[in-house]
Amino acid sequence: MNNDNPARAEDRAAAYWRENVKLLCALLAIWFAVSFGAGILFADALNHIRIGGFKLGFWFAQQGSIITFVILIFVYAARMRAIERRLGVSDD
Amino acid sequence: MDAQTLTFIFVGLSFALYIGIAIWSRAGSTSEFYVAGGHVHPIANGMATAADWMSAASFISMAGIIAFAGYDASVYLMGWTGGYVLLALLLAPYLRKFGQFTVPDFIGERYYSKAARVVAVICLIVVSFTYIAGQMRGVGVVFSRFLDMPIQWGVVTGMGVVFFYAVLGGMKGITYTQVAQYCVLIFAYLVPAVFISMLVTGNPIPQLGLGADAAEAGVPVLEKLDAALVDLGFAAFTEGTKSKIDIFAITLALMVGTAGLPHVIVRFFTVPKVSDARKSAGYALAFIAILYTTAPAVGAFARLNFIESVHEKSYAEAPGWVKGWEGIGLIAWLDKNGDGVIQYGPGAPFEGRPDYADGTGAHGERRLNNAPTANGNEIHVDRDIMVLANPEIAKLPGWVIALVAAGGVAAALSTAAGLLLVISTAISHDLLKKTFRPQITEKTELRAARGAAAAAILVAGYLGINPPGFVAQVVALAFGLAAASLFPAILMGIFFKRINREGAVAGMVAGLVFTLAYIVYFKSPWFGAVNDADHWLFGISPEGIGVIGMALNFILAVAVSRYTAPTPVAVRAMVDDIRMPSSVKEPGL
Repeated sequence: MNNDNPARAEDRAAAYWRENVKLLCALLAIWFAVSFGAGILFADALNHIRIGGFKLGFWFAQQGSIITFVILIFVYAARMRAIERRLGVSDD
Repeated sequence: MDAQTLTFIFVGLSFALYIGIAIWSRAGSTSEFYVAGGHVHPIANGMATAADWMSAASFISMAGIIAFAGYDASVYLMGWTGGYVLLALLLAPYLRKFGQFTVPDFIGERYYSKAARVVAVICLIVVSFTYIAGQMRGVGVVFSRFLDMPIQWGVVTGMGVVFFYAVLGGMKGITYTQVAQYCVLIFAYLVPAVFISMLVTGNPIPQLGLGADAAEAGVPVLEKLDAALVDLGFAAFTEGTKSKIDIFAITLALMVGTAGLPHVIVRFFTVPKVSDARKSAGYALAFIAILYTTAPAVGAFARLNFIESVHEKSYAEAPGWVKGWEGIGLIAWLDKNGDGVIQYGPGAPFEGRPDYADGTGAHGERRLNNAPTANGNEIHVDRDIMVLANPEIAKLPGWVIALVAAGGVAAALSTAAGLLLVISTAISHDLLKKTFRPQITEKTELRAARGAAAAAILVAGYLGINPPGFVAQVVALAFGLAAASLFPAILMGIFFKRINREGAVAGMVAGLVFTLAYIVYFKSPWFGAVNDADHWLFGISPEGIGVIGMALNFILAVAVSRYTAPTPVAVRAMVDDIRMPSSVKEPGL
């Protein structure tokens, strides 16, 4: 019996939900780290580092976090699609 | 042709375009009216969501707020974009799978209760009306500045156009108009930003220009701006003045609030599939990010330009835009030391809002009745003018000014239309069809939806012409309430089957009442409360208090659900169903 792709429908549904929640948590950790972490809590420390004319903490708060957010959503969409195809629950 | 004629032409052409689209995309059924039939392409929905989301505040005010608040304004940048991550990961796909028309639909069915639905409708209406008054006002401000029209006629014109395409086309008309409006507003935002970035740094890409060296100075723009501000006695642009906990709370409240705003959520009901809802949220945020990453550059450049054009410059030689905006009351100069030269510094130049007296002063400035303050600052500037004045400050040609005006109107109208739709849907669908008059036919419901949209436009227009001072003060209310009431209810509905009707209703009511009470207590004039960090709960300002309301909601919902009857089996099965993007297929199918 293949654990990655269980045959029974209920098992696949449960596996799908587990993988979804795991992926969610990982991506939300990054979401938190770039905005609340780099942009707010550690902004002062990061401001000692300079990239071009930017202080790094300031850059994360006003540019970097936003760019990361966009990437996170597309990564989530792509990874979910892969999971759904593997488990036979995709919607296309 | 002068800028004003061009503005008439640009705004007029954009209106003709929106009306044309409305006629082409009339709604024939409630499904088309509420969710555009569920056939919108994810990219088109992304653009529509971006236009829906970016309001007059994003277009007109945000760069100005950044210009004057610097790092502190990061709360808006992160808060109004980070919410899309929550939306895409935690809400949109499941609500799409649920597949009905409104946010109260979900709450009502998931918590098997009309009371929950009605509470959701109340939250939705408070949130949406708070928001919409500002939009109509935005249209009015653009009209009055660029077309020399009284604000009320601007509002009435805007109402007329929205009326036409929202009432006729419903969600379908609104969606395709919003796609056009996104194109207009993003083009209008970028053109002057690119020009100004070139002017200030020589780099045409504003996001890179912000990190580049200032032309001729040889030091980075941000360093130059920091130095100039510190020199004048302000805090440095790249460093904050707010406490960390407050910045943290406001950012979180705005993010969660964004994810819980009904007019944004409902946009994801319009795409064909669950996977499209995820993708579409990505496109939406990408389209939004184009403006949101440009805004900090515009803000920083504008502040630098502003300091360089007014500080220690004699009023007589001040650039024309200073006098133009003074003419409509958004700039005021009080020559405290009588030297005829404008001095700029921290603090208000005089007590209260500018109160202009008749006639002009010694140097031709509009005279003021206000009592001067003790500090050295002599100039009052309304931060909303920064984006609108930018083309003039950078001496750009008339067509750019006209374009910015059309963009500002597009931003305001697109958001207003989205809000009107959720209000009318909540009334015709949630209150009428699902609560009080379930026997009505689809045709009657559609007629009711159109009627409710028309009525909501009238109310919004009235609020735009006679803005209660209170409303301008409490934009925070919309986000705080969405964060404290709707978001937790939806999130728990999807992720925690154990949360039942009693828990959800108790949580929503507690979150709503607490947040509302806190904001009203500090923001309204009725209680005489001192609105500063020493008096706030945990040092959290009313803007960020939605976070505490949200925490209350979660705690109460979990606690009450624990001690009341478990969720019915049928509802648990429904939750299982919305978690899956499709019904589970057998292998090989």
